[in-house]
Amino acid sequence: MKKEKHSEHILPYRLYFGVAAALLVLTVITVSVSFVNLGGWNAVVAVGIATVKALIVAFFFMHLLYDKKINLFIFSVALIMVGIFIILTMFDTLRRADIYDFTSKPINENAVIYDKAPADSASKPASQNHE
Amino acid sequence: MTDTGHHPPHLAHHFSDVEQQRESAKLGMWIFLLTEILLFGGLFCAYAVYRAWNPDMFYSAHKFLNVYLGTLNTVVLITSSLTMALAIRSLQGDRVKRAVLLLAMTLLLAAVFMVVKYFEYSHKIHLGQLPGKYYTFTGVEGSNPHIFFGIYFAMTGLHGIHILIGMIVIAVVLYKTVKNNYSAEYYTPVEMTGLYWHLVDLIWIYLFPLFYLIG
Amino acid sequence: MNMVTDKNYLQYPKGIRSWLFTLDHKRIGLMYLFAIMFFFFIGGVFAMLIRLELLTPDETIMGPDSYNQMFTLHGAIMIFLFIIPAIPAALGNFILPLMLGARDVAFPRLNLASFYIYVFGALFALFSIVTGAVDTGWTFYTPYSTESTGSVLSMTTGIFILGFSSIFTGINFIVTVHKLRAPGLTWFKQPLFIWGLYATAIIQVLATPVLGITMVLLILEKVFGIGIFDPAMGGDPVLYQHFFWFYSHPAVYIMILPGMGIISETITVFSRKKIFGYNAIAFSRLAIAFVSFLVWGHHMFTSGQSEIAAMIFSFLTFLVGIPSGIKVFNWLATLYRGQISMKAPMIYTFSFLFMFTIGGLTGIFLGALALDVHLHDTYFVVAHFHYVMMGGTVMAFLAGLHYWWPKIFGRMYSERQALISSILVFIGFNVTFFTQFILGSKGMPRRYYNYLDQFQPLHAFSSVGSWIMAAGFLLMGWYMIRSLFNGKRAGKNPWGGLTLEWTTDTPPLPGNFVEIPKINHGPYDYDKILVKPD
Repeated sequence: MKKEKHSEHILPYRLYFGVAAALLVLTVITVSVSFVNLGGWNAVVAVGIATVKALIVAFFFMHLLYDKKINLFIFSVALIMVGIFIILTMFDTLRRADIYDFTSKPINENAVIYDKAPADSASKPASQNHE
Repeated sequence: MTDTGHHPPHLAHHFSDVEQQRESAKLGMWIFLLTEILLFGGLFCAYAVYRAWNPDMFYSAHKFLNVYLGTLNTVVLITSSLTMALAIRSLQGDRVKRAVLLLAMTLLLAAVFMVVKYFEYSHKIHLGQLPGKYYTFTGVEGSNPHIFFGIYFAMTGLHGIHILIGMIVIAVVLYKTVKNNYSAEYYTPVEMTGLYWHLVDLIWIYLFPLFYLIG
Repeated sequence: MNMVTDKNYLQYPKGIRSWLFTLDHKRIGLMYLFAIMFFFFIGGVFAMLIRLELLTPDETIMGPDSYNQMFTLHGAIMIFLFIIPAIPAALGNFILPLMLGARDVAFPRLNLASFYIYVFGALFALFSIVTGAVDTGWTFYTPYSTESTGSVLSMTTGIFILGFSSIFTGINFIVTVHKLRAPGLTWFKQPLFIWGLYATAIIQVLATPVLGITMVLLILEKVFGIGIFDPAMGGDPVLYQHFFWFYSHPAVYIMILPGMGIISETITVFSRKKIFGYNAIAFSRLAIAFVSFLVWGHHMFTSGQSEIAAMIFSFLTFLVGIPSGIKVFNWLATLYRGQISMKAPMIYTFSFLFMFTIGGLTGIFLGALALDVHLHDTYFVVAHFHYVMMGGTVMAFLAGLHYWWPKIFGRMYSERQALISSILVFIGFNVTFFTQFILGSKGMPRRYYNYLDQFQPLHAFSSVGSWIMAAGFLLMGWYMIRSLFNGKRAGKNPWGGLTLEWTTDTPPLPGNFVEIPKINHGPYDYDKILVKPD
């Protein structure tokens, strides 16, 4: 007599075939869309469809929908950490050029700018205005 | 509370029952998958950084990837995920022979994937579209086109290594299934192999649009 | 269930093969313990050589290239082969299942694999020392690491391999804590050492893979010239630093969290008092684990990263100090009105409290952008991290070692010699490293072979400190080893602790417990339960 242990969720065969069919359809869609020029949105759509596919694989093939919640939590944490890594790194890599905004002008608009100190007399302000 | 009754041969002594052992294996496997996601995550970060810095070069370079082969590989991997999931489903229903067939199909599809990759790689090598200092191809617009191919080889190469490892593991599990080591009572190693294999499929699901379908 | 009940884990099973292929977490923990002590010694020898060289400016005992290799190897060995595995793999492996009332960790074979992978990785690292030595600093910054001809390849491969050892230990501990707790041992009745190991394991599994990929990219850069870190090829050397520190910053919390776990144990047992703020400490551990992933850029303030990234990282760095601060206050509150007994574990606990606080606070100094511009890459940083790593983790490790030594080996060591040794280590450490705060704020750069004459008195003073410390450690090795042969035999519970490991035999049976215990009290209920040491 087989007892179904509660952690062992047995899904109908047709569910697996349905998921596979959905994945293939989404693949066709994503390839077709890539031939249409949507500018910057192409990347968004492609990654978006990929995410839907990934979620179907995770929830159904990998049983995340039916498992204990901790497994889903682990999967989500992994994705979040990758996200944090990419986002915080790109705060650096995409904003490197900011420094040129700062160095192109004085920090304080009203600063008095002195010439190099001459050898004899005390230094005099070169001008009252910024350069 | 000790197990005084039927003590299954596959139950390890430090677990109190089969259920606990199975749940532990699953939990452990998911944590391992987390580490794999973080491993590839580093490369996805490199991809994001360099694509953001060189959007036009990436667009130009990607045209030299074969979308049809890439799509074929995607279909192959999705199907192999299906056969893998069905193999486990078969064992859950005690259909061992069916499981053997499905595992063999999974292995075969994985091999097809690697063969397609072999053709893609050798074509690139032939054209000189190689990483880093070995890059000699001249057809890509934009500066430093080798960056695209460097990241392409690093990511698909690491993915390919994972496919090979997966093939070895599936082969071992297939062998053990043939030897009747698994049944509806105990099929945990096959289930764990399945989880690993689906992750490999997952990673490809992202690699495919990022490299082959850029705009 | 047939179980051996008349022999302890050291005696049964017998034979070298039973040790080499053991699945017993206690034996694996012991093997790790010997390995990490060996590497602590080797790393310490390199440290002594460094301080000897720095006694005088210019050459004292070695040339500049050798010096660069010395500090690289000191760092790499101490970090990857000693401090990261020390508490989790050695003490944790031994104690965690016992504290949970389990017979073993969740995956004993994975545990053994973890150990052998560690050994394999260590051999690679040793190989790289012998064949040409690395001189890049333990951080392997590009472009020097990609262009340097030293044995960078074998060292990075070794580190890649070592990473798997760390990951497998992390997976094992997380699953063990989730699944193998004894009946009645709820999450919030667990000893805080378990929370420490659990939080550490979370960091291990999340961060170490990124170290792995970083090493892979470094290898690809060296072998294929892949160019992602090379500006001449459109790459970015600072990206390497992002990759490296994404792991290496959380890594320092892998180092300190288990130590903090130990302190929570020793401070309760040796003040015979309930921990103050159990929940706060437990959640702080998790908070540290999470926030530690958000601050890595504070190692890169002067690297050329964007200002906005620097500001974000600085702000987040201040956040990460908060949970640690909460813990220090909680420990102090635990001490208040406790019955404190100054046994060896408690002496190290006090050392920890003093030195970790200094180390932690100076970390906050460094987190301030304006200060860091002056202090980055000076001896101030060196002093800061030695205060937290050595004054923190190593002191906690020693506290744990002295606390659990009777359980592990069944012997007591000489309290008097332990006291002398701890005083030598404490004085030696502070002389060595407090001086370095001063050196750093006066401008002495780190990793420099040569220095201005004006720094010499401070350098010499620091070097003398290292000799005092070494004397303390050598004495410690002496009395610890002697205790194995001559030490008084220990009873089940020499300190009167309330956690489960003290209910087992001393040393424990191979299967840990004859009957899995049922828990009906908290781990620190000294006010409710009278326990007599024996």
